[in-house]
Amino acid sequence: MEGFTKITNNQIAKLVEIPILSYTILRDKIIADFKKRQLRCIGFFGVEESIDTVRLFVLLSEDSKHLIHISSAHLDKNSSYESITKEISSFHMYERDFYEEFGIKIDGHPWLKGVNFRTGRANEESCMENYPFFKMDGESLHEVAVGPIHAGVIEPGHFRFLCNGEQVYHLEIQLGYQHRNIENLFLERNLKFMPHLAESIAGDTVIGHNLACLNLIEALTQTIIPDRAILIRTIALEMERAAIHLADLSALANDIGYLMGSSVFGVTRTIIINTLLLICGNRFGRGLMRPGGCVFDIHKALTEKIRTNLSKVKEDTIRMAETMFKSHTVASRFENTGILTKEEAISIGAVGMTARASSYNVDARHSHPFGFYKKLLLGEKTHKKGDVHSRAYLRYEEIIESIEIVFTLLNELEDKKTGTQIMTKIKDKFQPSSLVVSIVEGWRGEIIHCAITNNEGDLLKYKIKDPSLTNWFALALAVRNNGISDFPLCNKSFNLSYCGNDL
Amino acid sequence: MFKFISKILSTEKTVIQLHDLINDDELSETGKKVEQKIKRLFKSSLAIRAVDTGSTNACEQELTALGNSYYDIERFGIRFVASPRHADMLMVTGPVSRNMKDALLKTYEATPDPKIVVAVGDDAIDGGIFKGSYGVLDGVHNVIPVDFNIPGDPPSPKTILSHILQILEMIDSSGKNK
Repeated sequence: MEGFTKITNNQIAKLVEIPILSYTILRDKIIADFKKRQLRCIGFFGVEESIDTVRLFVLLSEDSKHLIHISSAHLDKNSSYESITKEISSFHMYERDFYEEFGIKIDGHPWLKGVNFRTGRANEESCMENYPFFKMDGESLHEVAVGPIHAGVIEPGHFRFLCNGEQVYHLEIQLGYQHRNIENLFLERNLKFMPHLAESIAGDTVIGHNLACLNLIEALTQTIIPDRAILIRTIALEMERAAIHLADLSALANDIGYLMGSSVFGVTRTIIINTLLLICGNRFGRGLMRPGGCVFDIHKALTEKIRTNLSKVKEDTIRMAETMFKSHTVASRFENTGILTKEEAISIGAVGMTARASSYNVDARHSHPFGFYKKLLLGEKTHKKGDVHSRAYLRYEEIIESIEIVFTLLNELEDKKTGTQIMTKIKDKFQPSSLVVSIVEGWRGEIIHCAITNNEGDLLKYKIKDPSLTNWFALALAVRNNGISDFPLCNKSFNLSYCGNDL
Repeated sequence: MFKFISKILSTEKTVIQLHDLINDDELSETGKKVEQKIKRLFKSSLAIRAVDTGSTNACEQELTALGNSYYDIERFGIRFVASPRHADMLMVTGPVSRNMKDALLKTYEATPDPKIVVAVGDDAIDGGIFKGSYGVLDGVHNVIPVDFNIPGDPPSPKTILSHILQILEMIDSSGKNK
């Protein structure tokens, strides 16, 4: 692609090699290229270069070729720019996020509202109290407002439903309550703190986010980590995927009053995370991985223990899930509820299992393979319908797949060729004037961490994109024309992260 | 009918006993002690309202896990309630983000006296890893008065349960509640 420089996952791009175009040309190129080939936007953020100018970076992913195309443009803070969302709607969240950070006016954006109400945003007058909710008029319409504090033990967020009787016309989701300014903390803290911060981005994706951060650190310091560490990291990532999917199946079963499913999945999930506890002393895998490798090894006895535990989990899950999905009462609640079509999924730029359940195949393990996934042959799993049943069944399939992967990796771990080293020394200085993108397929979808360093090797920008940023809109679309009482079910089927969006 | 009965007979282990599943004496011992205290101090039922003020969702998962079939703390008389108006105890997680401050204050006001406020997790105690960030207020004690702390990042369900026991013992010995 002309006007773009291309890199792969975890490869360094020198800042001088990234072209700087005028914004109008960049915009035209993006629109023309989207028509020609299969592209996705995976990053759209700016770096302040002086008081008045911002350098905008655009990252596009070409999944079939495993490439990331990067280009940039200088923007003047005091003028305004034509929106790309008008032409390609999947830029929608990215442009909102960019607008909120720098306050550069984007003309023609249909939905220019706050994303996470960050501290130090350009327009302090736009705050949570005066959020411009979408309004509809009509005698039979009414609004239902829920949150920020919900009835269950979950994170805070505000939902506003526009309903006609029981039927939802529109759902607006207002987030930002969890904002902790985490991206800027990455710039203030040193290298040793970065994995700790990454583990605290979203408590249910500890390993996913930490792995993305570590791959990035290791790319920037040009460290090659031992094979054994890569294996242990991949095992942990797949165990996290299986554990959270089980927890969500449990929550889904609970929401439809199928209590046996809820109990059994809940208990099996506990077995997996307590196995993680055996490996590293924390149920969510905190402290397992650090720059240069892993802190804890999986020795022989532990390998056996993991095998026994996961075999039990697999057996119980298959037995329970087969019974559950065959049940009429379950089918009547799951099927045709909360449908997200493939067109909708593409138009909002959905990623991960949300997209795959709507037959839109986005999986970073295929498109941007990292670590051991380069060698692993994974089947492509998608479902056609995009309803709650598709998402639940996909989770079930992914649990079994993840457990199979862990078994394969455990065999690999016992292989003599793998070696015994789990940690390697790491330089404490980053490559200067570089940009690096790190993509990891967490259980929710692709997690993207991107860092830019200045000419002394200090971090200039740290940008995190959790799958939830784009996927929240999928929930809003899925509940349209459903009964409002089905909302909890739809919500659980996606289980999106509030703090991953708010950062 | 024959098919049905043969199915029942051929399926091994249709009922899973609790001790097959959870072989955890520590848990049930702590639980029993908690149950006795709750019986005396709270007339058999301790109602907890959990409030997330910018936590990473890890503490929430552990609090939710307390209620699942593995730990099942409802058998000891502890319930998580939907409204602060029904709560005896507030469990606050997270470093208190600026955007959640008002919601936390409203929840505190809505909880009937005498209320017990517990900060759960390192973030809630003093901001933890987020301490010093200008997006957060560095701990619950900067917004509402805190009575007890449960450390950990996140504290595991067992840790939370044994801390609840300690808290109940302290309340009992001070004799200030009920």
